[in-house]
This record gives sequence, structure tokens and C-alpha cells, in this order.
Amino acid sequence: MLDERSKFLRKLVLEMVEVDGRGHIGPALSLIEILRVLYDSFLRFRPDQPEWSKRDRLILSKGHGCLALYALLADKGFFERSELKRFCLPESILGGHPERNKVPGVEASTGALGHGFAIGVGMALASKIRKQSHRIVVVTGDGEINEGSIWESAMSASKHQLNNLSIFIDYNKLQSYGPVEEVLGLEPLVDKWQSFGFEVQEVDGHDTKDLHDLIVKLPFHSVRPSTIICHTIKGKGLPFAENNPEWHHKSGLKAKEIKAMYDCLEY
Amino acid sequence: MRKTSLNCLYELAIKDERVLFIGSDLGYGVLDEMKKTLPERFFMEGVSEQHIIGMAAGLAMEGFFPFVNTIATFITRRCFEQVAMDLCLHDLPVRLIANGGGLVYAPLGPTHLATEDLAILRTLPNMTVVVPCDAEEMKRLMAETLDYPHPIYIRLAKGGDKVVSLEENGFTLGKAIMMKRPEKGLFVTTGIMTQLALQACEILKEENLKCGVLHMHTIKPLDHEALQLWLPQVQGVVSVEEHTRIGGLGSALLEFCSDEMPDQLVKIRRIGLPDRFADQYGSQNSLLKHLGISVENLAKTMRHLLKK
Repeated sequence: MLDERSKFLRKLVLEMVEVDGRGHIGPALSLIEILRVLYDSFLRFRPDQPEWSKRDRLILSKGHGCLALYALLADKGFFERSELKRFCLPESILGGHPERNKVPGVEASTGALGHGFAIGVGMALASKIRKQSHRIVVVTGDGEINEGSIWESAMSASKHQLNNLSIFIDYNKLQSYGPVEEVLGLEPLVDKWQSFGFEVQEVDGHDTKDLHDLIVKLPFHSVRPSTIICHTIKGKGLPFAENNPEWHHKSGLKAKEIKAMYDCLEY
Repeated sequence: MRKTSLNCLYELAIKDERVLFIGSDLGYGVLDEMKKTLPERFFMEGVSEQHIIGMAAGLAMEGFFPFVNTIATFITRRCFEQVAMDLCLHDLPVRLIANGGGLVYAPLGPTHLATEDLAILRTLPNMTVVVPCDAEEMKRLMAETLDYPHPIYIRLAKGGDKVVSLEENGFTLGKAIMMKRPEKGLFVTTGIMTQLALQACEILKEENLKCGVLHMHTIKPLDHEALQLWLPQVQGVVSVEEHTRIGGLGSALLEFCSDEMPDQLVKIRRIGLPDRFADQYGSQNSLLKHLGISVENLAKTMRHLLKK
């Protein structure tokens, strides 16, 4: 069962979806609790000073999950909540994929998959070179780690002993076309990351207590970077969207369907 | 030219702690001195161009000026999306130093020839594309790069190329250099085609066809002012590039004239590589000749144009 905060954050997602009846809904709803716990309990940031040099950097490498990120950033006060109601409108700062130079709190423009992790390695190296203490968190999708670039970056992160870098994988088991295991299977995923030199933990990506208890232990190792494989449900919170590949991206949603979505959250 | 560029980079790194070097899997011993003295800013990341570009972007977002060096084909084709999204979309001061521009690696075959690099990078917003003609110009270029706030692609020639650039001409990104003032015809050139054009001018001078050379070291942004100044003053213009005729210097010239000086279009001819993969090995010079780029052909093209 989702608690009130998880429902509220999903309601913010729906406020954006409602604008033009569109969005990557499933991939955002699997992410909510991961981002919620990171922003509520782990990351150091100043919403009124988004470029504060000592902030922790979070890169949403699966940029299509931006509805969840925008919900958290609005909730934390990086920008006005009213901006959510302009999602994807011509003059809005909030597009279908997040952009660094438009949205306060967005560290990298992502959307093309397999880019954010390499950028995170660069940021983590910069932090090491300057002997700074901030941390770098990269959140990827499961389909995203089909990309070879992810594994190039994994080798590099391990080589440079970037224990200030963590990669969270939103393992919702569904990519755009269908089940991850059918499209391009990832298993044995824990072994893969371990063999690349990462300290790996698995967690229920919707259990906020387990997520919290795990995240506060970061970094997991004195020299190794960390991987957190988050087992999640695509479309979590909307029973008709859960584990349903048709809800990867929706457009042209009608008022009736939007209402059904709100009903699920009891709003 | 490559050695000069890396030496300059090392000197810049000594002076400025924002400068760092990222190579892929370069030749043994490259920048050993920097590796010894500035190990925290020397990276050799292996054959992982996609990662390298993203990593450079992350470092640049944190205030560093990364210089990335590998073979031109691999820094353009393999990681084009990273160059477009990570560097250009974010408009970051990363420098791409591309070894073996054009036909330098002729003996290694078409997998190693960079013959469309200028075209593909020229299409990217925020990207600056530079092709110096000799090692001395490379030195002046490297000094200019430090505080330039945008990504730069720097295409290197083979090295040991005849020095024709002059210190008194200086170097400013985006500003063409008049190497030889024209009377009847003007070659518009880039990279080591400038040397070829200067030689062609000597042949044409014997025939009383006094021609000049406008060296376009920067393909993007193109120096519109120089074109507006010089093109109307001559009877014929020949662009020369060690690059496919599609999308490079000649195309940029035609695009500009089509938009801004359409009356000049009729006097322009283009020399570049044909639209096919190289079908021979040999040397850079032999392959250039085989594909139609030679001093003689430059002179012939200009002669034909001026006598029309």
C-alpha cells in the first residue's frame, strides 16, 4: 500500500499528465519512491541555490522518467508547483525529457539513453580531484543498461575507485517493447555489476523504509562504487497500468481516463 | 602537429589547473611527462569513446577544461550522439583533438580515414570546427582555446607539414587569414590544402593569372566578413578541402553565398573528395592525387574557371 506522501507525489505526476493527456507514465511511477527517499533522506541540496557547489548531484539518466523528478523538484521548491500545469507547453521549462539549462535542480540533459552514467563518472572524478565530499547519484532504467556505454562507464568508475558514485537501477522488468528478459535479458544482474567491480545491493524499490535503511549506508565500500538494484513495478499505483507495457508512454488521454487515474490515488 | 598540440596542452595544464587530458588508447608513452607531473589530470581511458565524451562533459560541468584526444574517425563517428548531446546541447568547453584528419591514415584504409568529420560536426549547434594548416598555427590555436566557452573540434594533419602560417597574421577563432592577396582568382582553403593552394598560385602566376589564398582555419563559425570582402573582388573562387565535397568547407561557402551573396555563386568551384570510400592505400599524397586533389588539379580548375 502506498502511503500519503507516495500518493501525493503521484498526484503531482498526474497534474502534469493532465495538461496535454500525455507522458511517460509507467517509467515515472516505478521511480517515485527511489527519488522520494533520495531527496527526503540522503541528498544535500539548496533549492534556492541550485548550483551550490557542495550539493550532491543526482542525474536522472533515464530522462523519460522526468515526471517523477519534476514532482520531487517542485515539492522541494526548486520551482513553483504551478509550473507542473504547463508540462510540455511551448514556453514551459518542463519538457518530455529534462534539460539542465532550463530546470533548476536538473544536473544533466538526458533522454538519449546511456549518457548520464558517463557524465556522473566525470562529476565524481572532479569531486575526487578537488578532494570534495559531495556525492554523485545516477539513476538509470533497466532497458537503458542495454547500452554499451553504460558498461564502458562501469569499467571506468571501478578503475578510478569512485566510491562517491552510486548507480540506482530502476528494475521494473519492462522496457518499451515488452519484458526486459525477452527483449535483451540482464540476468544475472547482481553478478554482472559485481564482476565490474561494484558493491551491489538489492532492494524493494517501493519500500521506503528498506530504501532508507539501505541508502543511509552509502557508500557501501571504501573504494568501490555502489550499485543499488531497485526491484520496482512499472506504473506502480495505478492498477490498470501496473506491469502493462502499453503504459510506457501515453498520449491523447481523455478526461475519463485521467479521472480514473486520480481515483486510484483517492484524490 | 599532434606532438605540438599535446605539448601545448601540457604547458596549458601547468599554467591552469582547470586543464586536463583524456586519451583513449593512444600510442605508448604519449604525454609521459604530464602523467608523471600531473597524474591527477591525466587520464587514459581505453577504447571507450562514448564514455570518454560523457566523462569529459561531467568534468566540464564541474569547471574543468578537458582536452580529449584520439583518432578523428573514432571521436566523430562512434560517439556522435555523445558529442551532440553531452557536449553541444550543454555547450561545454571540451576540446576534441582529432588525429589523422582527412587521408592521413591512407595506408590503414577507409576505416581510419576522416573524410566526413567536418560535415557531421558542422551541423551541431554550439560546435566550433577548426582545421589548422601547420604546427606553428596549432600553437597559436591552442593558446586561444583556454577561455573559449564552447566545444571545439580540432582536426590535425599528419605532422611535419610545411610551415606557411605567419606569426604576424595572429590567430582568432572564426577569423580567416589572407595568406596571399588575390587579383584574379581566390582559393578558399582549410588545413594543409592551404599549402597546396599556395603552390598552385605559383604555377598560375607564370601564366599571368595572379591568384590568392584565403585560409579558413575555422570552418564553423564561418568568417562571413572575409567572404563578403574578398569574393566580389575576384573573377573566380575555388574551395579546396581534404574532405568529401558533401557538407564541408565548399558546402559552407555555397550555403553562405546562396543566402547572402547569390550573385557570387556562379564564380565558385569546389575541390574535395568524391562521394565514395577510398579504394587505394599508399600515402596521403598518393591517395589525394588518386582522388583528384593535387597542385596541378587546383591550378587546372582555377585556370579553366578564369578563362571561361
